[in-house]
Amino acid sequence: MTTAPIREDFAEILRLVGPGARVLDVGCGEGELLDLLTRERGADARGLEISPEGVAACLSLGLAVMQGDADRDLASFPANAFDYVILSRTLQAMRDPRAVLEEMLRIGERAIVTVPNFGHWRVRLDLLVHGRMPVTGALPEPWWSTPNIHLCTIADFIDLAQALDLEIETSAALTSGQRARPMTGARLLENWRAESALFMLRRRRG
Amino acid sequence: MTRAADILTTAPGDEGVMIFGPEAPLLLDGGGRIESLALAYRTYGALNAARSNAILICHPLTLDQNVAEPVAAGARRAWWPSLVGPGRPIDPERHFIICSNIVGGCMGSTGPGSIDPASGRPYGLSFPVITIGDMVRAQALLVDRLGIETLFAVVGGSMGGMQVLEWAASFPARLFSAVCLASAARHSAQNIALHEVGRQAIMADPDWRGGDYALHGVRPEKGLAVARMAAHITYLSESALTRKFGRELQRDGLSWGFDADFQVESYLRHQGASFVDRFDANSYLYITRAMDYFDLAAGHPGGLAGALSGARHVRFCVASFTSDWLYPTSESREIVRALNLAGAPTSFLEIDTDRGHDAFLLDEPVLTAALAGFLDSAGRVRGLQA
Repeated sequence: MTTAPIREDFAEILRLVGPGARVLDVGCGEGELLDLLTRERGADARGLEISPEGVAACLSLGLAVMQGDADRDLASFPANAFDYVILSRTLQAMRDPRAVLEEMLRIGERAIVTVPNFGHWRVRLDLLVHGRMPVTGALPEPWWSTPNIHLCTIADFIDLAQALDLEIETSAALTSGQRARPMTGARLLENWRAESALFMLRRRRG
Repeated sequence: MTRAADILTTAPGDEGVMIFGPEAPLLLDGGGRIESLALAYRTYGALNAARSNAILICHPLTLDQNVAEPVAAGARRAWWPSLVGPGRPIDPERHFIICSNIVGGCMGSTGPGSIDPASGRPYGLSFPVITIGDMVRAQALLVDRLGIETLFAVVGGSMGGMQVLEWAASFPARLFSAVCLASAARHSAQNIALHEVGRQAIMADPDWRGGDYALHGVRPEKGLAVARMAAHITYLSESALTRKFGRELQRDGLSWGFDADFQVESYLRHQGASFVDRFDANSYLYITRAMDYFDLAAGHPGGLAGALSGARHVRFCVASFTSDWLYPTSESREIVRALNLAGAPTSFLEIDTDRGHDAFLLDEPVLTAALAGFLDSAGRVRGLQA
């Protein structure tokens, strides 16, 4: 583990996840967040990761991680197995983001999702001025090689949550190097201003 | 109960044969019992004072108790040097390692080649059909006799992985962690079919003599060699065969006959010929049958997850290999799915290799690193010294 400060999205997730919770981190990479959740929150944290190297790195940290593809393998988890299912920075790379979101809320009570905001002013300006697909720090690849095939804005994501009848319990705007900002009431502004956003969702009761 | 306390403190590479008499009969899944069971085994390392560092290794179809150096007198080399040995993930410096020849085997444990006390002659086909469950219950007798209540880990690949799953289903309270490599929770139609080819090759050899070859002083070497040749192909992959042999010839030019023109033919013939020196044909029949009969979910209302429901506290590591077509990744995923349903903390890894099923026996650095990480972290939770 590095001694660098905790990523702003991880800090926000740590704040949201209750102690001892059952957590699945989808696309857990080398286990940085899982390790934090285990050590700082005493979470029963598991991971799903597509690369064998990532899985091996997680195993050496003592984490329970399965190699698999979020688009396909969430189906192998039973319903309500987790308190939180986390998907950090990868919903836009899923083949079927809507199905992934629904699967997350089948296997978990709450979903925590972070998405890059394609409505950020620099993205809008880039497209307006140059007339080409924006390439930014958060979205560094050109259109023909990017894994980010389902980009959305904060407003788009909120629309999808409404269409799926999901309650947004918490939302926060994220800008690199800054603390997360609660987004309640300022979503229109943050749709211009935030580089990415974090949402905590749950199914509406009844 | 006889406790072989002296065994627990002796030098690495301890070997012996544990005898279980009528006081500890092995009750068989097929009915009946074995009341004079011998289990040949080796141990490596020392059991700690808390008796918490024991690892049982379950061997695959044609291997034996010689999992690490030093091996028994007359045995071939140790068969799992990549994972077991000083500085390896399973380490006699830290772990008390147990490996026993399965019941039905031919390396010193009771099997069809043993003398039937009732008749004074080798069992042959009068030996009862055994199962993976029988093998595991025999191992449990050995673990009892060694004075160990809970195993830190049970580890195996292929048929050894089946035993690991059977341990988790039958004796979950006795496990802390489990490693199941290149295996399946049941034998597929293709696997049964491939085994049947091998068995028919043995039984078609005139020297098999209805299984009574030992009485006639002969051995069905040709049949057993063909069985091994066919099986060996299933342990590799097309790309590995192409990489190793291609269409390379043994000599310049073709023989225009049926000699081993191609290097791959010569290799397979060598595999068959060397196998008959170390393996018993009837054991091959019985062990392949046990694998065919294996279906852990059978008879459980909750299916595979139901069979494994008692193991929700066991830390599992499951791994498969991309080019393994004998026990493909889909079989391991079924196991992982069931373990998730059961609630067990489960890790799963699919290793990218062209070496086929045999990859689990070879040095695969990603697997070695992953298992070292898995066992080290489990050991920390278990309170074992690093």
